[in-house]
Amino acid sequence: MNRKQQKAFWDTVTYILLILGSVIMLGPFLWMVSTAFKLPADQFTRTLLPPTWTLQNFRDLFGVDINFPLLFFNSVYISLLITAGTLFTCSMAAFCFAVVRFKGRDALFVILLITLMIPAQVTLIPNFIVFKFMGVIGTSIPLWLPAFLGGAFGIFLMRQYFLTIPKDFVDAARMDGASLFQIYWKLYMPLAKPALAALAIFTFQGAWNDLLHPLVYMPAVPNTTLTVGLAFFQQQLTTGGKFTVLMAGALISILPLIIVFFIAQKQFIEGISLSGVKR
Amino acid sequence: MDTGFKPLGREKITLWLMLAPTLIGLLFGVLGSILATVALSFTHWDLLTPPRWANFDNYIALFNDEKLWEALTNTFKFSLLYVPAVVVISMFVAVLLNRKIRGVTIFRTIYFLPVVTSAVATALVWNMIYGKDTGILNFIIEKLGGQPVCWLCTDKVLIALIIVNVWGAIGEGMIIFLAGLTAVPREYYEASELDGAGGGSKFFKITLPLVTPSIFFMTLIVTINAFQAYDYIYMLTRRGHGDSSFPVVVYSIYRNAWSFFNYGGASAQAIELALFVIILMGIYLWMERRYVVYD
Repeated sequence: MNRKQQKAFWDTVTYILLILGSVIMLGPFLWMVSTAFKLPADQFTRTLLPPTWTLQNFRDLFGVDINFPLLFFNSVYISLLITAGTLFTCSMAAFCFAVVRFKGRDALFVILLITLMIPAQVTLIPNFIVFKFMGVIGTSIPLWLPAFLGGAFGIFLMRQYFLTIPKDFVDAARMDGASLFQIYWKLYMPLAKPALAALAIFTFQGAWNDLLHPLVYMPAVPNTTLTVGLAFFQQQLTTGGKFTVLMAGALISILPLIIVFFIAQKQFIEGISLSGVKR
Repeated sequence: MDTGFKPLGREKITLWLMLAPTLIGLLFGVLGSILATVALSFTHWDLLTPPRWANFDNYIALFNDEKLWEALTNTFKFSLLYVPAVVVISMFVAVLLNRKIRGVTIFRTIYFLPVVTSAVATALVWNMIYGKDTGILNFIIEKLGGQPVCWLCTDKVLIALIIVNVWGAIGEGMIIFLAGLTAVPREYYEASELDGAGGGSKFFKITLPLVTPSIFFMTLIVTINAFQAYDYIYMLTRRGHGDSSFPVVVYSIYRNAWSFFNYGGASAQAIELALFVIILMGIYLWMERRYVVYD
């Protein structure tokens, strides 16, 4: 084989492997979509295409005991609050770590990085106890309040990006008499839009998909998040044999993130690269 | 370190105001909580009656609690299979995607989809796929001439969980490896091709040593994730009365605290989990010095 043939051969092998993998990756999603449009009587038919298409399952989401619209609304506003809090506090702290010189800066940053490795379960119990004595268990406060108190991952990601912005900009702004906060808000924040977008998507995704924290802080159906609601839903509906309604709920719950992902795929992927490689 | 500018006069106040949320979070939310967990682990407390001093009771219980031993064994078994599987498979996918072919973006999107979507939602469909009599997986196995398998029963549940968790994780690993792979200069490959190197030796002699930082970073994250894996396991293995057919340590912590109101015991288990993670991180960092090639 000459080199051209060799390349064509390996390209074919690559495609075959990638397509086989794609079937496995996409399979569960296709099955979810298919089941969501099947009649409850057809829930266990083993065909990818529903024998009869129906929208009944989506209508049933409004009819069951669980208040699906409320779950959806809760997930939306909680995730948005968490994202807003994280973006604001993390970018402020990251700016200080990346741009300002102050005593104890490097030591403080190292401590922050170490906290990245501490499992969430270690801080969960005392945090729960504090929130319990504040009387806010069952409300969304314990879920979003911590987001307004920084976060090691966000600070780390934003700092990495802030460090790539040339220091000459700061000097020039200084000459024009800009203050510390003005440099952060009017110079660094607009320049860091790609990193902010990446952090926003990550944070929103993490908040939207979180199960453990809402399970601890907002466990009571119906006033909870989509993830806890769906988990509860599963126990309710599978005993009643309504997998089709369950899949309709699951499909609606993942749709917002899939849409965001298709729109902002670039930021998503750059964000992971940013946090993973340029260390 | 002489980088960065000095705040002038009143700007020092601005600086500390900007850092204040983070400092409060670090002091009370994280460091304070860790100390509190340590303190709690020496008490008996159900949050209804006043806490009682427990000495080392909760730590002694760690050794006597059969349920916890089972959970520990499960966590280790799971991690031992999960970590290498994720690292190797996502590396493999990244190498495939790093070849100059058409359609890379589409494949990247497809492989990344499970990372974006919630484990709760996808676990619901996996639960259907794994069904013994009604599941599509057994249907395919029977079509191929095999016997149906009870995927979520005790002897097969580990492999079923590994499949789902790996499925959910390779998207992220693939991206991290792709970023590492694209940083390898093309000239290295061209030079080795002139020396007559084949695909295999190119991978093992050039690619692998140069992406050791990515491999290291990935192994670190994936290990931390493995010890905290919860969502899929909770969704696929829970049975009635809050029990599970594959309890892991996180499950045990959750159950002790929020089902049995044994906050002291749960705290001791959380400390134990953290210690395991810290020890593993120590081993990794020691290995990083020995084996990871930076430039």
